[in-house]
Amino acid sequence: MSLVWLYAVRLGGAEAPAGPGVDGEAPRLVAEGPLVAVVGTVREEEFDEAALARAMEDLGRIERLARAHHGVIVEAAAELPTAPLRLATVYRDDEAVARMLRERAAEFGAVLDRVRDRREWGVKVYVDAKPEAPAEEPEPSGKPGTAYLLRRRADRDRGARARERARAVADRIDETLAQVAAAAYRMKPQDARLSGREQEMVLNATYLVDVAGEEEFRAALSGVEAEGATVELTGPWPPFSFATLGES
Amino acid sequence: MTTGGLPVPGRSARPPEHRVESTNLADILERVLDKGIVIAGDIRVNLLDIELLTIKIRLLVASVDKAREMGIDWWEHDPTLSSGQRDLNEENRRLRQRIGDLEAARNRELGNGSGAGAAPEQEPEPEPTRTRTARAREEQGERE
Repeated sequence: MSLVWLYAVRLGGAEAPAGPGVDGEAPRLVAEGPLVAVVGTVREEEFDEAALARAMEDLGRIERLARAHHGVIVEAAAELPTAPLRLATVYRDDEAVARMLRERAAEFGAVLDRVRDRREWGVKVYVDAKPEAPAEEPEPSGKPGTAYLLRRRADRDRGARARERARAVADRIDETLAQVAAAAYRMKPQDARLSGREQEMVLNATYLVDVAGEEEFRAALSGVEAEGATVELTGPWPPFSFATLGES
Repeated sequence: MTTGGLPVPGRSARPPEHRVESTNLADILERVLDKGIVIAGDIRVNLLDIELLTIKIRLLVASVDKAREMGIDWWEHDPTLSSGQRDLNEENRRLRQRIGDLEAARNRELGNGSGAGAAPEQEPEPEPTRTRTARAREEQGERE
């Protein structure tokens, strides 16, 4: 027995991505009116409820699924408006997929309209968010306890100022980029230990940008960078963060 | 830039010639697990059913180091998962308590002149400083 894994819903296009898909399969298309679902036939024993639940406990398996899912969607979205599906959307058969497309045709139409001729770009911004070094030692008062408290207070103040500055930078950069993007979404900053950088990630955002406006977007990024922040650009991504049903 | 962030040379804001596949796993997972169209398929073990939280907890329990290696770290920032941030109110309460204790201790110290025998009036302007600290504390509370 087999199941049908759903990668994305696309506006038209007769060519299926080469894959390989999440089960090593070659992706296929299920067309319904103007909408085309990019799907893959996967083994039931590996993708039924129990198997998927097991898979979600296995980091290696999650990685393989995520990369394959993502890879197929990237291919699918190369030329045509495409709405990526969240990982692990599985149907019994093609007919169930086609029925879903019929039922949600209007919603998908709106989503695909929104992402048409646009791509998603991830932007991470790092700044030196560490507190500056203590300016001066408090006057020795002959009271170790008091000196300690004053030092602690000064440390707290410096830490608060540093965080405040970092947040202000993130807000301002986000604002700047959002002005040249069609839509913006802020994700949680990733942990500093992962980047291996001295600096702290203060902004982890993603932007939906007109293909025609990408130059302007990059120019805005360069401006941000010129001001001293470290900027990391990822993408182009299929519009994962901006394909949401039920929004106009 | 107003923050004194150090300019760091490197791969910044340059044209996107790299393949998306080379992007790190955390970036992909942020999108394929947390984003994208959500539809309940026929197989009801989509991530909505499992609840991302459950997955995260399982990942966390299973292998934190491995996960970090792979760049999966969202629980670090998830208030519902990170024990350090589980309850910000509680955390704030404890901090306030601690600051209160410290200030009380200091006041006691000022009051009894401590062991060194220095006169209390030599303390460097405790009042304005304390006001500033209290404000910083409040700002921090709002921010987090």
